[in-house]
Amino acid sequence: MGRYILKRLLQGIPLLFFISIILFVLMMNVGDPVATMGGRRVTRRADYERLRRQLGLDKPITTQYIYWLAGNDWTRMDMDGDGIAETQGSRRGIIRGDFGVSLINRGTPVIKIIGERIPNTLILMLASEVVVILGAMLVGVYSALRQYSVLDHTVTALSFIGYSMPIFFIALLSMFVFGVLFKRWGLPYLPTVGMFDPQTGKTVWQVMYHMVLPVLSMSIVSLASYSRYIRSTMLDVLNQDYIRTARSKGLTRRTVVYVHALKNASLPIATVVGLDLPFLLGGAVVTERIFAWPGMGRLFLDHVSLSDTPVVMGILMLVAVAVVVFQIITDVAYAWLDPRIRYE
Amino acid sequence: MDTTPSRIATLTPDDLETPPLGLGQLAWRKFRRHKPAILGSIVLVLLFLYAFGSPLFISESYANHTDTTLRLLPPSAAHPFGTDTIGRDVLARSIYGGQISLLIGLTAVIVETVLGILVGALAGYYGGVVDSILMRITEAMLNIPEIFLLIVMAKYFGGKIPEVDILGRTFSGSVVVIVVIIGLTSWMYLARIVRAEFLSLKENDFVLAARATGTKNIEIIFRHILPNSIAPIVVSATLGVANAILAEAYISFLGLGVQPPTATWGNMLDGANNYLDTAPWLWLFPGLFIVLTVLSINFLGDGMRDALDPRSRTV
Amino acid sequence: MTLLLEVTDLRTRFHTAEGTVFAVNGISFSIKEGETVAVVGESGCGKSVSMLSVLRLIPIPPGEIASGKACYCGVDLFGKTEAEMELVRGKEIAMIFQDPMTSLNPVLTIGRQITETLTRHEGMDQKAAELRAVELLDQVGISDPAERLGDYPHQFSGGMRQRVMIAMALACLPSLLIADEPTTALDVTIQAQIVELVQSLRDKLHMAIIWITHDLGVVAGLAERVLVMYAGFIVEEARVDDLYANPRHPYTLALLEALPRADRRRDRRLKSIPGAPPSLLVEPHGCPFVARCEYAVEKCRDQNPLLTPVGPEHRIACWVDVKTGAPR
Repeated sequence: MGRYILKRLLQGIPLLFFISIILFVLMMNVGDPVATMGGRRVTRRADYERLRRQLGLDKPITTQYIYWLAGNDWTRMDMDGDGIAETQGSRRGIIRGDFGVSLINRGTPVIKIIGERIPNTLILMLASEVVVILGAMLVGVYSALRQYSVLDHTVTALSFIGYSMPIFFIALLSMFVFGVLFKRWGLPYLPTVGMFDPQTGKTVWQVMYHMVLPVLSMSIVSLASYSRYIRSTMLDVLNQDYIRTARSKGLTRRTVVYVHALKNASLPIATVVGLDLPFLLGGAVVTERIFAWPGMGRLFLDHVSLSDTPVVMGILMLVAVAVVVFQIITDVAYAWLDPRIRYE
Repeated sequence: MDTTPSRIATLTPDDLETPPLGLGQLAWRKFRRHKPAILGSIVLVLLFLYAFGSPLFISESYANHTDTTLRLLPPSAAHPFGTDTIGRDVLARSIYGGQISLLIGLTAVIVETVLGILVGALAGYYGGVVDSILMRITEAMLNIPEIFLLIVMAKYFGGKIPEVDILGRTFSGSVVVIVVIIGLTSWMYLARIVRAEFLSLKENDFVLAARATGTKNIEIIFRHILPNSIAPIVVSATLGVANAILAEAYISFLGLGVQPPTATWGNMLDGANNYLDTAPWLWLFPGLFIVLTVLSINFLGDGMRDALDPRSRTV
Repeated sequence: MTLLLEVTDLRTRFHTAEGTVFAVNGISFSIKEGETVAVVGESGCGKSVSMLSVLRLIPIPPGEIASGKACYCGVDLFGKTEAEMELVRGKEIAMIFQDPMTSLNPVLTIGRQITETLTRHEGMDQKAAELRAVELLDQVGISDPAERLGDYPHQFSGGMRQRVMIAMALACLPSLLIADEPTTALDVTIQAQIVELVQSLRDKLHMAIIWITHDLGVVAGLAERVLVMYAGFIVEEARVDDLYANPRHPYTLALLEALPRADRRRDRRLKSIPGAPPSLLVEPHGCPFVARCEYAVEKCRDQNPLLTPVGPEHRIACWVDVKTGAPR
């Protein structure tokens, strides 16, 4: 088991390097950092050259990658263009957590900018994940037990519809029904903008209240598709020989379903969490835009449109790291939960 | 009296034995029984007729015709889906927008299928270093959520490609951009499937036989192995259209996709949340079209997957 | 000796997309206390389905027990509720299955899988159940039983898993054990061990056994009586020596002929039964074996023969006397 963890970790590291290279190449071609940073003031050739040197853009691309990755505080830079490297670099590289500074927010470290927004997105994602897992288990198991019933068919139809809908459409619909129509009909209604009501302040209750619609939008699609997955897994399990053996021993139906069957059917749940993360992250981008939720997704959109390369790179890299790490955690969790792998 | 029993032929044909069916016939029979798939196919045909047949009745210029005196009218007899912020008829725009959305869906899938097959086939057939490198790239791209890649690529390529003229209609360059970037970000799933197929199929005797008769590798890949793995490719491509339509919707909704005045169902929803309660017809109808299309494709793909599943041999 | 199990005219069907499968078509048999009966027949003849029907372990849609009675100690099992059946299964009648790898739950320890029957049926607490489980594992020949209680099925070999299944089945001392081809998936040498184990346990516990198999060799060493099944019917029923010495049904004859034997001439081809079993999708009409039978007469096509006696404890379902070739 320990060996398996080690193996997965070792596999993850080259993967992350690969990803960082791909992202770097991608980003180096997006927008002109000099133009972004200098705004319209950069017309003189000398200023242009100076900014390029400052940003390290005069170096070959491989060197730029190395500086981005591992910093340049271990070498000297030529800042005044005379060909002599005299200034000590000050960047520590992303390996040591230095993602550079924002081109828009005048020198604010990227980490700080992202760090302020991450918790907001995390709240949404965590809540969505919980809703997805609990919901998919409940719906999936229940419809497997009631196979071919009217309920089962209804649930299947709803699931298909659910995962055929774009998240923003679900968001708009839910905003319309629960935010607008409910208000019109005098029913208690849900808020549709932001994380909290500025007059009431950022209380736990306010945040939770504002979270309902965004979490709903983000989780419906995943819930729909995973409930089908759980259902088919459960049906598979219920058809296995060992369930027949359990019944032949005279165990109660309850024991057969909730101990023998469920324990096997819930193993794949561990993989759901890992599989779902990229989708939730992507969903966060759209959801935060619609609900004006101050999270990382919205940050990404804003800074992409402003061509703020360091921030965009930082977010992309963070997202990729999160996905890779979660996959490893998921695989390890699955291996631990399944006795056939745990006790090799 | 003769006591010997008459010997009835020991091999009476069992006339209930079902005659062997070809693979295509078997698949069609199974598909026919999948009701949602049939429903999905019918709806898709209707949608295509709506998008590509309606231009016989409603011209493109009408769809692009702006009249600010008619802005934001709710659905009525003259404008069954209402009008938008600059007075254009939403129904007409949904027709032409549908054309673009559906076209993008189909062409993006062509791009991603070609890429996916190339990468998967080469990796699966040659193995070794080629496989390692190709799979590392595939894995790396799979680990970056599609939306992020789409957004970045859309920003980069956006505006760099000029308008194209095909079949007498002018498409804004952004359409080509969208098709290319969706293709570039979706090939990985098919590549994995194709690679798995090749890994198992290349051990078969018919490959050995082809090699023994001196067939070139390229021929083996495309004429011998590939046709045998058509089934999962077809299913993947079908479901890929749904994914492409959704991807276009997402990116256009964010304003980074197809640019106006060319309409798509996705960009018709851009900015619609400003008119959430005042003009719900702006987002309701395009949204419903998207859902209907994707849903039908999903039903169709589900039916195809069942029909082409090699494990269920009985009709 | 009282009748432990008496099955009358059992018919089981499955309603599938391709049509109705007539799996069991009216079988009747009885088992006395402590006796060992073998049920033989080729794959698909309905031997497993019959016994699963008795225990009502057939999935009810698509399955259906169309008619019949299965009286255990005089009480019809088909009249009981599901809750009442749950008290019979495992406690009065136990079953072991063919593939021990798939028949044991991979994510529960074997200790748990044994103790759960004890806590369920005998009301034991966990500790007492575990002690008893260790005893049982020892009885079936598992070494270091106390340590192995916490192990999972995949940590055992095929033969040992089957032993574990036997321990599980016998935990509550059932009066009847139904063994559904328990040795088919095992090596020949392991097969012999398992058969021996079951024999010794049977003698100790005075247990009746229904042993389902398609292997006539296994039957000889273990059974007192044999039921031969074909296409959902019982075609012959006899004491084991009588069956081997005096097979009276054409199918049994053919089966015995088809066995490769060391004492036959080596230049002769192995005799197999030409043709294939009839499709179970057709409601049976006439004798099921008619298409492949050397002795068939016109009547065989139209009328299904019922089981009738031809000797002491020997019954066949046939219109023809295979010794003389004359109709009966």
